[in-house]
Order: sequence, then C-alpha cells, then structure tokens
Amino acid sequence: MTEAPRFASAEEVQGRLSAAGYLADPGIAGVVFLGDRLGKPVLVEGPAGTGKTQLAKSVAEMTGARLIRLQCYEGLDESRALYEWNYRKQLLRIQAGRVAEEAGDGSSPAAWSDIEEDIFGEEFLLTRPLLEAIRADDPVVLLIDEVDRVEVETEALLLEVLSDYQVSIPELGTVTATQVPLVFLTSNNTRELSEALKRRCLYLHVDYPDPEREQQIVLAKVPGISEHLAAQVAAVVRSIRRLELKKPPSVSETLDWARTLVLLGATTVDAERVRGTLHLLLKYQADIAKAAREITVEA
Amino acid sequence: MLDVLAGFVRELRASGLPVSLTEDLDAMEALRHVALTDRGAFKTALAATLVKSHAHRAVFDTVFEVYFSLPPASLDWIEVGSGVAEPAEGAPGSRGAEDGLDLDSTELSAMVEEALRDGDDERLRALAALAVMMAAGITPGRPMGGSYYLYRTLRSLDLDGALGRLVAGARGEVGDEFSPLEERLARDRFEERVARFRDAVEAEIRRRLVVDRGPEALARTLRKPLPEDLDVMHASREDLVALRQALQPLARKLAVRLAHRRRHRRRGHLDFRRTVRQSMSYGGVPAEPRFRRPHPAKPEILVIADISGSVAAFARFTLQFVHAMSTQFSRVRSFVFIDGVDEVTRFFDGAEDISEAVQRVNAEADVVWVDGHSDYGHAFGAFWGRWGEEIGSRTTVVLLGDARNNYHAAEAWVVAAIRRRARHVYWLNPEPRSYWDTGDSIVSQYAVHCDGVFECRSLRQLARFVEHLG
Repeated sequence: MTEAPRFASAEEVQGRLSAAGYLADPGIAGVVFLGDRLGKPVLVEGPAGTGKTQLAKSVAEMTGARLIRLQCYEGLDESRALYEWNYRKQLLRIQAGRVAEEAGDGSSPAAWSDIEEDIFGEEFLLTRPLLEAIRADDPVVLLIDEVDRVEVETEALLLEVLSDYQVSIPELGTVTATQVPLVFLTSNNTRELSEALKRRCLYLHVDYPDPEREQQIVLAKVPGISEHLAAQVAAVVRSIRRLELKKPPSVSETLDWARTLVLLGATTVDAERVRGTLHLLLKYQADIAKAAREITVEA
Repeated sequence: MLDVLAGFVRELRASGLPVSLTEDLDAMEALRHVALTDRGAFKTALAATLVKSHAHRAVFDTVFEVYFSLPPASLDWIEVGSGVAEPAEGAPGSRGAEDGLDLDSTELSAMVEEALRDGDDERLRALAALAVMMAAGITPGRPMGGSYYLYRTLRSLDLDGALGRLVAGARGEVGDEFSPLEERLARDRFEERVARFRDAVEAEIRRRLVVDRGPEALARTLRKPLPEDLDVMHASREDLVALRQALQPLARKLAVRLAHRRRHRRRGHLDFRRTVRQSMSYGGVPAEPRFRRPHPAKPEILVIADISGSVAAFARFTLQFVHAMSTQFSRVRSFVFIDGVDEVTRFFDGAEDISEAVQRVNAEADVVWVDGHSDYGHAFGAFWGRWGEEIGSRTTVVLLGDARNNYHAAEAWVVAAIRRRARHVYWLNPEPRSYWDTGDSIVSQYAVHCDGVFECRSLRQLARFVEHLG
C-alpha cells in the first residue's frame, strides 16, 4: 500500500491549510504531516470549540478529497459503522427466483449454493462510512467524530480499520483499502479511550490558540473587522480564559462575539461593551457574573 | 541518537507514562520524516507518538527539556542593540566571555524589562541565560535542586516590580483614556510574558545542570508525579492548581462511567408473572425467563470532614469532588468540623461555582468550639446530638480526617451508633498508612466501627473510592 506522500513538509501542510481557511500552528501541521507519512490515524483531543472537526474538513478541502464522516453516539453498532446486508433486497431476489421457477420454463430449481452466492454479493451490501472509506477509489478523508461517545466495547470495531485499513466480512472475505485514507478521530475527552485505540493513533491536543493566532483567525473569519479590534478581542478573550470558569470561551464563540461587535459598529472594545455582550462568550450565568466582576470593574 | 532516545523513553516510563513498544517504534519511524535540526518538529514528532493523554504532557515537556535542551542562547545581539538597553555599558570590548560581562543586576533587570515590553522571545531567552550565569551561582558538582537556583536568579531580577512598571508604562503611553479594562488586558499580557521568561530561566538552569550531571541523574531529581498521583497533603501552590484542573475532568469522566454502569448493570430479579406468560408460547416450558427492570438506587451521601489545618487542603478537595459528582447521588450533605461541627450543604446548594462554595465553607462555617484544635470526640458527639436522627438506612456516611485527636476522648461509640443507622460508614484518611496510630492518631479506635478505612492521599485514590460508592 505504499504510495506517494501527499505533502512534502510540515510547512507545506501549514501553508495549504491556511489557504483553505484553517490557521494551524506548527504543531498541528506537523502531526497532520506525520499522519500522512506514517499512514496512521490522528486522534485529535481538546476542549470543545477549538476546531477539531474543522481540521478534518479543511484537510479534506485542501487535498481535494471527499470527506466521509462517521458521527459516533452511544449505541453505535456494526451495521451503522461498517456494513449491513440489504435483507429486503435479498428477500426480493429469492422471491423473484421462485416466481421464475413457477412460471415453468422447465429449468431445474436453482441450487441453494447458487442463491447464497448470489444474495451475499456486493450488490446486496450496504456500505456504511468505515467500509465506504476503505473501498473508495477516489481520495478520501475519514472523520470519526466524537469517538469518546461510543462504549469501550464498540471501539473494537474501529481497530481493524485503523491499524490495517481493512474490513473483514465473513461472507465476502476481507476488503482491503486500495489507498491509505487520511483518518481523523476527534474526542471531547468525556472518558478515557482504550489503550488499544490510542496506540494505533498519533495524538494531537488542540488547545485554545494564543492571542496572536486567535487574532489572525478573527481577521480571517470575520469580514470587515479592523486589525485593532481583532487584537482587542483576542486580548479580552485571553484574559477571560485565564479566569477559573466552568466553560471558557471557545474559538467559535470568540468569532461570534467579534461578528457581533462588527455588527454593532464598534471600533474599539470598552468595559461597557464587554459587559453588554458577555453572554455571547460565556454560557453560564455564574461565569458571566464572574467575568463581568473580574474584567470590567474598576481596578 | 538511539541511545539518547532509549534513555528518553526509559525516563518517560519511569515518570509513569505508559509508553508501549509499538509507540516507541512509531517514534523512531516518525523521526525519519522530520529534520532533526528542527527542534519544534522533532518535539512534535515525539509528542504525537509517545504521549497519548494531555495530562501527561507536562511530564513529557520536562523530560524533553532535560534530554534535548536548547543550545546556549547567543549573546551577540547585546552588542548590536545595546544603545537603548544599557546606557551605562562601556565599550563593546569589555564583555564577551562568561565572566567578562561587566553588567550589574540593575542593568540586567532594565534589559529584561525592555525585552518584556517588546515581547521579544529570542532576547528574553538570551537574557535568561545571562541572568542565570550571573546570579544563580551554579557550581559544578554541588548537589543542589534546580528550584534553589531559580529562586536565586529571580530574586536578583525583581520581576514583580518590573511588571508594575510595565503596566504603568503602558498607561503612560495611552494617557488619560487608559480604562481599567485596558489596564487589565495589559497586565495579563505582561504577566504571560513574565511567565514565559521564568520558563526560560528554568530551562536555562536545567540545561546547565544537565551539562554538569548528565540527563539521567537530573531527570531523576526532577521526576514529578502525574497530577492524579500528587499527594494532596504536601502539594505546593502550583501542584494545587494542577490538581484543581484535574478535578473537573476526572469528576466528569467518573460520572459518565457510573451512569453507564448503573444503566447496564445486571438485570433485576426474575419477574415470575411475565416468565409464566411468556412460557405459554413454548407450551408451558419457561424457556425465556423474564426479569424486572432494575431500579438503580442512588446512594445518599453524607460527608463529615475535618477541616483543621493539617488536613484542610484534603477536605476541600474531597468536598469539591463529591459535590462535583452530586448528580450521581440522590443527595449529598456535607458537614465540617474542627472541635465544633456545622452543616455546610447550604453553601453548595445552588452554588454554581463549587470552588467559591468551598471558600465560603472556610470563611463562614461555625466549627470552633473551644480552641480550634481538632477534637473528633466532641465534634462527633455534637453531630450525633443534632443530626443523628436524620441518618437513614439509605445513607452512606463518609468520615474524613487523620484522626489526630490531640489526646481528647475518642467517643468512638458515636461512630458505632452511626453505623447501626446508616447503610455504610467509611473513613478516609489522608495520611500514609504507616503513620496511622502513631502519636495522637487514633484511627483504629474508630476503624473497628467502620465498613472500611481507606488511605486516600491522591486524586486517583479518591476517584477510586467514589467509584466504589456509586
């Protein structure tokens, strides 16, 4: 399964990601680069709203690949993640065979083995995201989103796909990938993932960006914002994140806030304005009260 | 290179990181794809393959610094940009070699301040090196911890003063419209830079110690437990911050696990009626037994914690942790005592911020009866008198303390009485097991009446206990 690497260097990854609208720091770009070179999945962890899912989307965009997404949830099973036999169609096929027989064209009844071979063919296979990613001929990026939501036992489903890029189907044999897809797993860390899963992945922790990068993100994502305002937004958000809060503001909330400020026609951020718009950044009343007290009250 | 890497991985394992053989091999493989001269990429490659949990990252960073420290920062720029930074400097020829720099510490602080204002990391790193060279007084072969040198270096620099002056300077630039908000932002910005500078100083000290002692020896002295293994009783201030940060995610994870277990626990009792009805379709043979849905009982938790000086930090953590998990219990009530006892549940009820509630417990609870030294006997007696009636058969009572009773009467009968009413009584002792029953500790007098006595010194042990409760 050796093939030409997609990227020449981590810098190239960074450049192309930013062209796709994702401002990565060297750490993120470096791990994506390694994920491609080593042919290993990348497990992305970090606080909610720091662009974990977006990273996979942007990588798909910049490589021109199709994004296949498996959203995980509790109770996810084989038939939703890997494949399923289309049993309705199988039944129809058997019925159709019988009808043809009764019409009495003199042919001997089809042997069971023929039918079996027939109804367990590719035609009757419903592919689910994992198998689809493996069987794809065009370049794909596989995103397994919020993998921490499935039970520990279900994780085992992923292991074969993640380590060997193949799926074993008892009736059909093993389907092996023709090309190694880029795989991203995201986790919000609501539980510890199993060692077996972690071992197969490269690990990337995406944290809140530093103010300089956040300013760049705001500038890139919020049209019509001035550099000065973006810098102030980033600085205020940094100060708020330093407080001990239930839920610090995420990058997406920063962007919401910045957009609102632009809509309000603000050119500069003052205490009054911060207090009036804090609810865009923070979602808990206790957090809002605390931030209002700490940040905007006279020192 | 291989040798260094092998040592590096060995040190990671010794620090408690679970690095498997495959991960080790992955790291080697990854290094083939990055330029070894690019330190950032090198570190990224190692981190991505060897560290699979963010909680372990701090340990990795420290070990990495020890094994792959930066080359000494270059001091060349001083010659170039010296005009503003050090007006008192003499001719360029007067400095150069390690000891030839005729700067005194005030000049150095001025330069540091300058660099902090500009946020010039490269220069800060060089200055950190310079400061360590001048002030730390590292002598080869002296068995002194890194923190001692750090203290010496920072003392000579007066960073707090610099911070104040920087904020004042920022105010001066803007003039009168410098709002409190802006001041706050400026302060946060400079504080972050100062923290970075401190890190640089620390890194430099480590680098010099590595040169002196070799990485293995130094890594051993720097080895620090993971946050969940920190001893709460002897935690430093930074440790406590790390602990607090580890607390919330741990509580969340544990809550998910408990909820999951409750939902999927073994089926309930046999439902005889439905089994018989089901058996009709099998001609009266009970082929398919039916079970009642289990009714998962959430226990009611009652925590009685000693908050006297010796175990205060630990009690705070336990209260915080138990209340963070309160959704997993039908009710949580907490009491604190020193020699008197008071209920503090009200501080937690409706408090959205648990750490704030804990602070109120310290400030407002009425727990001193005579002299403010622990008196378990009196506190338990008072508890029994006021709240003993309210303990029911579904209550699990958790007693918390080191049972150092200052030679007062034990009144162990109270624990026995509680045991008779309650479902379970557990004792958590934050002292190492070997200290129990030494001096004025009388754990075993109470222990005989408890369902279990646990040594509970770290977050990990605490979490294990709480899981056992749920």
